[in-house]
Amino acid sequence: MGTLLQLENITKVFDGLVANDRISLDVREGEIHALLGENGAGKTTLMNILYGLYHPDGGRIRLRGETVRLSSPKDAIMKGIGMVHQHFMLIPPLTVTENIILGLGSLRRPLLDLDSAAEKISSLSAGYGLDVDPRAEVCNLSVGAQQRVEIVKALYRGADLFILDEPTSVLTPQEVDGLFNVLRRLVDEGHSVIFITHKLDEVMDISDRVTVLRDGRLVATVNTAETSKQELARMMVGREIVFRVDKEALTPGETVLEVSGLQVDMEDERCSVALQGMSLSVRRHEVLGIAGVGGNGQTELAGAVVGLFAPVAGKITILGHDTAERSTKGVIKLNVGRIPEDRQAQGLVPDFTISENLIATRYTEPPLSRRSFLNFPFIAELAKGLIGEYDIRPPQPALLAKQMSGGNQQKLILARELHREPDLIVAVQPTRGLDVGATEYIYKELLNHRARGAAILLISTELEEIFTLSDRIAVMFRGEILGIRDAESADLEEIGLLMAGVRPEQQPLREMTP
Amino acid sequence: MRRNWSERALSVVLALAPVWAVLGALLLGAFLIAVAGINPVDAYAALLEGAFGSLSGLGLTLQKTVPLLFAGLGVAFAFRCGLFNIGGEGQLHMGALLGGWLALTFAGLPAPVLLPAVLIASFIGGGIWGAIPGLLRAKWNMSEIITTILMNYIGFWFVSFTLHGPLQESRGYYPQSEILPGASWLPIIWPAARVHLGLVLALLAAAGVYVVLWRTTIGYQIRAVGSNRRAAEYSGIPAVRSMVLAMFVSGGLMGLAGAAEILGVQHRLSDFFSPGYGFDGIAVALLGYTHPVGVALAAVFFGGLRAGFNAIQRTEGLPLAMAQVVQGLTLILVVSSVALPRLRALLRRKEAASAGGVD
Amino acid sequence: MLAGLTEFFTAAFFAAAVRLSTPLIFTAIGGIFSERSGVVNIGLEGMMLTGAFAGVAGAYFTGNAWLGVLIAMVAGALMALIHAFLSVTVRGNQIVSGAAINILALGLTTFFLRVFWGIQEKPRVPGFAVWKIPVLGDIPFIGEALFQHIPLVYLAFLLVPLAHFVLFRTSWGLSLRSVGEHPRAADTVGINVLRTRYMCVLISGALAGLGGAFLSVGQLQTFLENMSAGRGFIALAALIFGKWMPARTMAACLLFGSAQAAIVRIPALNYSVSPQLLSMFPYLLTLLAFIGLVGKTTPPAAIGTPYVKE
Repeated sequence: MGTLLQLENITKVFDGLVANDRISLDVREGEIHALLGENGAGKTTLMNILYGLYHPDGGRIRLRGETVRLSSPKDAIMKGIGMVHQHFMLIPPLTVTENIILGLGSLRRPLLDLDSAAEKISSLSAGYGLDVDPRAEVCNLSVGAQQRVEIVKALYRGADLFILDEPTSVLTPQEVDGLFNVLRRLVDEGHSVIFITHKLDEVMDISDRVTVLRDGRLVATVNTAETSKQELARMMVGREIVFRVDKEALTPGETVLEVSGLQVDMEDERCSVALQGMSLSVRRHEVLGIAGVGGNGQTELAGAVVGLFAPVAGKITILGHDTAERSTKGVIKLNVGRIPEDRQAQGLVPDFTISENLIATRYTEPPLSRRSFLNFPFIAELAKGLIGEYDIRPPQPALLAKQMSGGNQQKLILARELHREPDLIVAVQPTRGLDVGATEYIYKELLNHRARGAAILLISTELEEIFTLSDRIAVMFRGEILGIRDAESADLEEIGLLMAGVRPEQQPLREMTP
Repeated sequence: MRRNWSERALSVVLALAPVWAVLGALLLGAFLIAVAGINPVDAYAALLEGAFGSLSGLGLTLQKTVPLLFAGLGVAFAFRCGLFNIGGEGQLHMGALLGGWLALTFAGLPAPVLLPAVLIASFIGGGIWGAIPGLLRAKWNMSEIITTILMNYIGFWFVSFTLHGPLQESRGYYPQSEILPGASWLPIIWPAARVHLGLVLALLAAAGVYVVLWRTTIGYQIRAVGSNRRAAEYSGIPAVRSMVLAMFVSGGLMGLAGAAEILGVQHRLSDFFSPGYGFDGIAVALLGYTHPVGVALAAVFFGGLRAGFNAIQRTEGLPLAMAQVVQGLTLILVVSSVALPRLRALLRRKEAASAGGVD
Repeated sequence: MLAGLTEFFTAAFFAAAVRLSTPLIFTAIGGIFSERSGVVNIGLEGMMLTGAFAGVAGAYFTGNAWLGVLIAMVAGALMALIHAFLSVTVRGNQIVSGAAINILALGLTTFFLRVFWGIQEKPRVPGFAVWKIPVLGDIPFIGEALFQHIPLVYLAFLLVPLAHFVLFRTSWGLSLRSVGEHPRAADTVGINVLRTRYMCVLISGALAGLGGAFLSVGQLQTFLENMSAGRGFIALAALIFGKWMPARTMAACLLFGSAQAAIVRIPALNYSVSPQLLSMFPYLLTLLAFIGLVGKTTPPAAIGTPYVKE
């Protein structure tokens, strides 16, 4: 196997922050090379440089021994580098074919020839065992299908080297297996793969070699066969990490949230999933984790419980109170704490200061305001207290929310929502995009509240998170709950099958462990 | 960290961006004035003289500042809720119409009753005309830009219709109303400069806008929705109500601009009574960075501009349209100033790169 | 009643409707290009006005109507260049930029009108001869309505299928649509987002300028202060109404053009309606149509958001 790619001393600085510090790595022909690191380690930046999206401040890139300058993705594509981004670079209202041939026109060929392109796509994808429908609109495709389209898009442009950025975060375990088969097929046909991830299981599973990055620097490149998860974890984080947080066994109390026959239909949203009539309940001292691949109705469920949308049918009660006529404000009044999916677009008002954001759910209550006038001294005191208690950094009450880091923004949201000691907590993707430290903090917080007596509805696409925190696990698929299991006895394979829509009746019989 | 002179200059420019925008616009305007065959230096001298040089000039400046300040506050208030109120012209017409009609209908009432009533009516008239597009935008996401602009024309022509018909003066010559009853006039508070009470009211309005937006719960809601509607709604803030209210107040302030003109200066309602104050409000608000203090300063500036160009037109024969050119150029330069921080960052990086030796 | 209708809807009426929609069509189609690439353009009004003046000035000084039209398109594009610069390079607020263009255009056109022709005089320029299309122009009723116009009118209606073709059948059209929906995705396949947006904004300025030139050189053969009178905004309403598709936008323009034709027709039929209410009518109709029939519109997903490359 020859060397296909060499990155030598690549350095990239953003406004004083060193994202990549003299990183060197090489990729051989026909290998699957994992690039491992935490959130913020610099993996995506490095690959964006390789794909021509960023220009390195130092170092050079060599392809097959020849130094190349990749000043744009077009250069990278022409040199045979294809990238599948974490957030797909597909255009929802266009068809698969249109997406794949995007940007391939020229002055010599100005007209679109969608039919012959579609044929080419079909035969190309069949040749690699990838199932795509050239005429489908991207917005109607499942996430796994969209990913396949991205791979075909790179193949169509003649990629030798494939870069995949966190490709499994949106897939069920079975779909991950499917993807890995595709990757092995690509490698068999002579392509090479760089696989960015922060999941150790996958590294051990699929890669030939792995390069570990930490804080923008190269830690080491090792052969996968010669290392272990523990060693990789240590290299990734720099210390021993504990995989499980202490979760005491508690007896659940009264039912706090009761959902029955919930039907939600978001007809004005493009590509949304209707809830068909689902039921669930969450009790005090209990975490109900909703597992499922993103886009199966989780947003709709969370939105309905929290009062953002009105259900078409069904009932939601919180501590006995029917939420039917209630808006978001009404639900908040029922002492519900909410951690939204998107902290920047939903959770915080970006141009408001930390203080202003902290009072967002109760600024009309005295003593925060009196007869419509805001009570600034009291607000300042409250802010100071909360900033200290939740260790929000930097501790400047006048700092604008949009200037804060992700972890601190999440802490701000937690401070706002959980300080009131809510009876019900609805948390959606609470640790998305956060590093290990912040993630640990949030897990501890949630479990503390669970111990205090809150009922927690946790919705997450990260299975490990679900297993870590939940007492019971429910799996959502296409707007329905396909099964609820006790976390203690839940079987990963079964959960994975449920996530993929394979109903319990259809699953292969499992041997009962004695 | 040593900062080179160009970076430091940029920081200064950044802090005084509105001033430079104004000066830049005047400089570019000077070229055009030269094209018109007039010596720019003479012209600008006459401009200053006309705007601030004499008591009557100052009076004219302040007189024009009043509707500009109201209009600027109106645009700024809506802007804080994320809305573009380009319908000021229509709102000020409808406000003036309602106020003028009230004044004519209840001409017998004494001043302490009639004047406030007329002002309130003007506020309400403009407010309703603004609230309608506000509701359309808040509930059905219909572009308030298109609806407000169309309602400008509808409002204008409706007022014109009344002035050619039901409200027309009894003589029937011109499309204008009767002279409004003395009890509804805004009294002159500075006789030498002929400045009327409207100036005080406008300044009070500016203070009021500040207090409402930054010290009350309602202002909190409006600003939250303006920053990010989704996040505001997630926290239980009523977005529709806030947006409609913001447009109502915005339109109301425009209505007061109209009232100030007809009650303080012209003393009757007539066709074409507004030389485009509604649109000027946009420039005033943006030059003042949509903050009441800035808006007040910008209003004085544009007031002086109008008064001054009025003078130049008389003395030097320069077309009055020049004032609008300067206004447009100022706005363009104000928008451009958004790029200054980026320019500064770019210079900083270039310097860091050459200093650090990374190639 | 029926007699009244036939008296109203004469061939001349339809011909007028076609004529009055023409400037709207030019401007609205231009607007589609800008908006589809992701740049909001409320400065169409100012670009139209600029074109109206430049067309007259150009025709006046060259003595040639066609040259005047060409100069109008260039002038409109230059105004659009300012908007493109502020929106794409500076990444400023696109609405404010458009508003600034409108103010500047009004000031500049009035200014130069006074400078060149003073207050009393009005410029007079050569216009275009009506070009009756052979055979089709002789058909009774339809011939007069549709096929006896000045060439610019035919150009406008030919522009509609051309625009559709470019947008949906060419590679560049696909690229520009993707830039308006998901600029980052377009960037990663090598499309130059900034250049595409610049080009589309310039196209919108040139076409709006053409629309303005039609008003001044094509229709009145002179220039009046603030001649566009809000047509740029009506064109904007039309393109939203038409869901950013050329054919539907043309239909919307025809609707609004018909409204304008109607208000001329009514006094001619000796119905006494206040002229002011008549002037109000097209705007009121546009507003009601906009409110009532716009429904749920989905603009290009990335519209109004400046694109940041790094």
